[in-house]
Amino acid sequence: MDRRDYSLLGKDGQRAIETGLAGANWYATDIPRKTMKGLMKRSDGPAIRDTLIWLAALFGFAGVATALWPSWWSAPFWLAYGLLYGSSTDSRWHECGHGTAFKTRWMNDAVYQFACFMIMRNPVTWKYGHARHHTDTTIVGRDPQILSRRPPNLYKMLANLVGLVDVPLAFKSMIQLASGHLTDEERDYVPEAEWLAAIRVARIWLAIYAATVVLAVWMWSILPLMVIGLPRMYGAWHMTITGILQHAALADNVIDHRLNSRTILMNPISRFIYWNMNYHIEHHMFTMVPYHKLPVLHECIKHDLPAPNASTWQAIREAVPVLFRQLKDPEHFLVRSLPSTARPYLWSGREVAADAAE
Amino acid sequence: MTKWVRACARDDVEAEDLIRFDHEDRTFAIYQSPEGAFFCTDGFCSHEQVHLAGGLVMDHIVECPGHNGQFDYRTGEAVRSPACVRPNTYPVRIDGEDVLIAVDFERPG
Repeated sequence: MDRRDYSLLGKDGQRAIETGLAGANWYATDIPRKTMKGLMKRSDGPAIRDTLIWLAALFGFAGVATALWPSWWSAPFWLAYGLLYGSSTDSRWHECGHGTAFKTRWMNDAVYQFACFMIMRNPVTWKYGHARHHTDTTIVGRDPQILSRRPPNLYKMLANLVGLVDVPLAFKSMIQLASGHLTDEERDYVPEAEWLAAIRVARIWLAIYAATVVLAVWMWSILPLMVIGLPRMYGAWHMTITGILQHAALADNVIDHRLNSRTILMNPISRFIYWNMNYHIEHHMFTMVPYHKLPVLHECIKHDLPAPNASTWQAIREAVPVLFRQLKDPEHFLVRSLPSTARPYLWSGREVAADAAE
Repeated sequence: MTKWVRACARDDVEAEDLIRFDHEDRTFAIYQSPEGAFFCTDGFCSHEQVHLAGGLVMDHIVECPGHNGQFDYRTGEAVRSPACVRPNTYPVRIDGEDVLIAVDFERPG
């Protein structure tokens, strides 16, 4: 078997187009239209509540940490601030990018821009990249946001617990965009009409980071960077773990999110940080359902899904041995059994019983 | 001469909702606005081949179930990315309890 080619302009992407895997009709559990309309219905209340708590905690932790700086007593406050800055912005970027968190559009857009800056993801290029991720989830050569490739790069995964790979790449992309250039892959999935917007944002961000560095030099202190920029690294661990677990060790090149996505039952703090994206099969199957309705959606369709992982730790213990095996055998992946009430898995346009793949 | 085709009964579409209508090799989306007026657009989102019938109608906006692009279904105007291109809209006429659409209508310009 050839080594997988994850570039969007490579042979695997071309093969996905030729075989109909790209832009395919994906499996979805049957839900009555009336129920679905209720689940999709938008409201501002839950996201306003969560955002007020989030902002109060974000600024509160930053304020206390700054006040205690440079004492070591500031450390736990930096860790809490970093967690909100470097991890919870992943879910805020994501949900507001879908436009589902708030009913009111400017609220989605405002939180989206704020979160994108902190997570260092260009709001234009990442929006279109994420649209492709939903069209062609873990289709090799089509999905630009596959975190767990085969064979997996375990060093990269570990390094990204503190952003050691992603942050330099984010700055490389920022500088490239600010100089007016999109990569060939970005040109493939971002409409030309949006290129200038992507470039403009990159220039503004670079100016902010440059000003922060100048301030740090002027103060002769790392403090400004502890507030802006560095928390994307020292607070990234939660996002990295939850992000990798979304699809790691599961199938690729299939058209059934039950095969390539993972739902994990998480503690309330992680669910707040992650804005319920632990219900990941549900999110991929029905992207229009707001994060605060995902637990209800889960109850509606769990009869048709593999059992969720009982905890993050249990999901890690399930995925890590598979990732190690994939180092030698990239074709290996995990197939979870379905309950007797579920429809069979849809592999690539045909239905196969779950045990037939093992 | 405009060719009118029966798409559905008025009762088939709830207020502030839509349904799918297939005719020959084409597919459409039929909407009823909150005020009770009927509208019709192409069935597929102009962004990718996702049918709008699974989407959400909010006032006069339909949101695509694939990637949350939004259109004003009265005019076809794309109002939220990733949707950028206007889908076709078609004249609708009510005949008794039936909803008719002009499937061969080509908007000038």
